[in-house]
Amino acid sequence: MIYQDSRLLLEVRGLCATVNGTEILKGLDLTVRSGEVHAIMGPNGSGKSTFSKILAGHSAYEVTGGTVMFEGQNLFDLAPEERARAGVFLAFQYPIEIPGVGNSQFLRLTYNTVQTHRGKEELDPLEFDDFVREKMKLLEMSPDFLERSVNEGFSGGEKKRNEILQMAMLDPRLAILDETDSGLDIDALRIVANGVNQLANKDNAIVMVTHYQRLLNYIVPDYVHVMEAGRIIKTGGKELAFELETRGYDWVGVEHKAATRAAV
Amino acid sequence: MSAPGTINAGYLESLLAGQPHLPVSPLAWLNALRAEAVERVGALTVPTLRDEEWRFTDISLLTKMPFHPVRTTISLQAADIGRFYIEEAATRLVFVDGVYAPQLSSGITDSGVAVINLEAGFGAHAAVIEPYLGRLTEFRDNVFAALNTAFLHDAALIVVPRDISVAVPVHLLFIATQKDVVSYPRCLLLAESGSAVTVIEDYVSLQEDAYFTNAVTEIALVDNARVNHIRVQREGAKAFHIANCAVSLARASNYQSVSVAFGARISRYNLNVQLAEEAECAVDGLALISGRQLADTHTCIDHAKPHAVSHQMHKCIVGGSAHAVFNGKIKVRQDAQRTDSRQSSRNLLLTSKAHVDTKPQLEIFADDVKCTHGATIGQLDNEEVFYLQSRGLSETAARNMLTYAFGAEIIERIPISSLKCQLEQTVLEQTTTQS
Repeated sequence: MIYQDSRLLLEVRGLCATVNGTEILKGLDLTVRSGEVHAIMGPNGSGKSTFSKILAGHSAYEVTGGTVMFEGQNLFDLAPEERARAGVFLAFQYPIEIPGVGNSQFLRLTYNTVQTHRGKEELDPLEFDDFVREKMKLLEMSPDFLERSVNEGFSGGEKKRNEILQMAMLDPRLAILDETDSGLDIDALRIVANGVNQLANKDNAIVMVTHYQRLLNYIVPDYVHVMEAGRIIKTGGKELAFELETRGYDWVGVEHKAATRAAV
Repeated sequence: MSAPGTINAGYLESLLAGQPHLPVSPLAWLNALRAEAVERVGALTVPTLRDEEWRFTDISLLTKMPFHPVRTTISLQAADIGRFYIEEAATRLVFVDGVYAPQLSSGITDSGVAVINLEAGFGAHAAVIEPYLGRLTEFRDNVFAALNTAFLHDAALIVVPRDISVAVPVHLLFIATQKDVVSYPRCLLLAESGSAVTVIEDYVSLQEDAYFTNAVTEIALVDNARVNHIRVQREGAKAFHIANCAVSLARASNYQSVSVAFGARISRYNLNVQLAEEAECAVDGLALISGRQLADTHTCIDHAKPHAVSHQMHKCIVGGSAHAVFNGKIKVRQDAQRTDSRQSSRNLLLTSKAHVDTKPQLEIFADDVKCTHGATIGQLDNEEVFYLQSRGLSETAARNMLTYAFGAEIIERIPISSLKCQLEQTVLEQTTTQS
């Protein structure tokens, strides 16, 4: 939601990045203020997922130009774990399975690590158990999730719910949801979206990266951005998503080229 | 200095020096067995890198050490070794430098179940022991098994009679207390038809100097018997540990084994399992080593008869400039139709100097079988490390957690929770200090 007294959270200016020498982002601009919900849409290969991984600090991508400021701080000065502690959260498109590590042990370790760095109290196993069970209700997760290994043998929907559970625990300022709707059936989508909606407030912001409009029926964006060839080429309100759904992406590119030519 | 791979002349003779002082057994066949073993030691040589079965494992260092059999036994108190006790395993036989320590042991002789020192079994159990003791292990072709057999005296004997389930796990604790000593731990487990038992074979040390453990374990499962065998090798850092274990599974019996190797400068574990009709085994292992350690595991799972199942997962976590070896042979004989065999060797290298040699080997002579095997060697996955970092863990903490998880997958298969916790803690500590 757009608030009058919102604060600037994320400011991306002219971001360029390569992976293995191939240029993926070519001057991306984006401004996100507290309270806002953004959707970044675009065809496959437009650089959406690359952008989300760069924000989280993935080492496979090399930033070759531009700046990203997060709450007034240069994001590129921070290691991935420091970004997480500062309040950047990435919900993965493909969450990693970690056989041999219990989910509850993992969740507690990440929670306590982040809490400590934020100068807050750690929770002992019993306190944490109460805390996490409360959060799990939000995502309609059964307690036996805690007994299993991290994501091991989880269905697609269970993995995504486990991602949003971590978001609920870690209480980020900026949550980036990378294709969170992929692989979800309609019930799981509703549960996950409902969880996200309950977590959204006027102090945090959500950036959804998605290929389809479907998710946006459940998590209603304030802004919809269209990405193509490593840049955001059009920004609109939620109605832009409907237009994309019926007309596809091509017309945005055509319109953008025409506008660019006209400007030259 | 002799070149690597060559063996000092007279080494085996020096090891045999103490053998004639062994007390004569009242059992003529046992004396004959020892005599035959002495003879075999005379005929065999210490393996070198030129032997196919030893080509990755240089034990020439072992033969430069002047090991001698224990001369005086050290008297230990329960307080000295209490930290090695396993809560659930109140039945315990303790051997100090290979010598049975009755004051520290609490065996069983009850309703036909025997968990005792071998000597105590000569009366009631001689007849059941004879067909197995020294018969399951092929000591005639194996110089270390032959040496152990030549010194056969004190030994853990477990006999579980027909249809009896021993509820409490049995802990066989072998403690090294003296430097320069060679000990010959020996176990014989006989699980009669339909019986069930869980045994922990545990090697520990109270000192950090060099010594040599040369162990032999023989396990016989009669029809429908079930044996859980947990083997923990946590010897001292300068120890040499060579062990041979032979397991024979009769029809429809079930053998579950988890073996972990953490200790010793150089260790070698040979495990031979033979399966009859419808027998099932799960043979899992973990070697977690660092520094200059070498841990070698050779297994041979022999499907001799039809409809048997074998599953094996062996993992190595190698840090420092350590060297792990795995050689896993699966034999499926012509008669062993409908064999179901699955083997996996997974190896994690933590440093650029860490080294692993893995060799899965399938020898299949039957045509209607299901056999799969695979081996992987790698480092930690960067995507997994990134995932954990993105949740706030430092890179070091992330790597430690993933390394721990890699090992914990094997430890988790140990069915005794206090031991499992203890070993998980060891893995945690080891994987934390290595980064």
